[in-house]
Amino acid sequence: MTDPQLLRRLLRAQDRIDAASHEDWPVRRLAQVSAVSEAHFARSFRRAFGIPPHRYLLTRRIERATALLRDTDLPITEIAFQTGWQSLGTFGRTFRDVTGESPGAVRMRARAAAHQLGRVPACIVSAAHRADLVTAVSEKRRRATSDTTNS
Amino acid sequence: MSQGVGVVGLYVRDQDEALAFYVGKLGFRVHTDVRNGDHRWLTVQHPEQPSFQLGLFTPGPPVLDAATAQALRAMVAKGAMPPLVLDVDDCRGTYERLRAIGVEFTQEPTDRYGNVDAGFRDPSGNGWKMIQAQKRSH
Repeated sequence: MTDPQLLRRLLRAQDRIDAASHEDWPVRRLAQVSAVSEAHFARSFRRAFGIPPHRYLLTRRIERATALLRDTDLPITEIAFQTGWQSLGTFGRTFRDVTGESPGAVRMRARAAAHQLGRVPACIVSAAHRADLVTAVSEKRRRATSDTTNS
Repeated sequence: MSQGVGVVGLYVRDQDEALAFYVGKLGFRVHTDVRNGDHRWLTVQHPEQPSFQLGLFTPGPPVLDAATAQALRAMVAKGAMPPLVLDVDDCRGTYERLRAIGVEFTQEPTDRYGNVDAGFRDPSGNGWKMIQAQKRSH
């Protein structure tokens, strides 16, 4: 699939997720943004960007949450709510699955490291820190479970 | 200044469309627009930056083979090209003005570290950050 016109429209869906990752992004809504049928959207998106749309959304939410943990004093519950999670439990679990650390640990580590990031445009900083979510969250969870079981 | 970077090029999917965008909407000026067969050397300039030209080029022959050109067109359309930054004095004002004439913004003006930045794309998919730098006190 290398039709640039289609890719450009899929990019629009990705941009919309980036702009409002705290919102709900059902396939129907994303497909509309891209002017693609619902049946083809998820597959087309994954082919274009190497990751299914739902997982892309998760990486962006984790990325935003990480930035808020690092840059603000907001309570973790508030950060979970602001970045699109319905419950603190789901947020904490997904956050650990993706980053390997708890939100509280990430906050403490980020503060310990004295960052000098003000000179780099913040958008680029956040992209550089994007969670590298190459395996499905559920898969990570299974692996962690089997590791625990095996040990 | 006689030494320094003179031209940096972007790949665009259509040069007429890119010209309408960069000149008609962003307010750049045409510096050079020369055709040689199928090849068109097109550069534009920011009105306040006469020593720098932004090239608007289409990937294709005679410089590139068809498969390479196709891959590059896909990369541009996926937003995979490097970030671009436009410095402005008034990010919010420029955002309102450009949005009103149909520029596709990907991010509303946001305060960060004392700067204000917004994001937009050109029709091809090239991503720009528009940054209003913090005013330095002397």
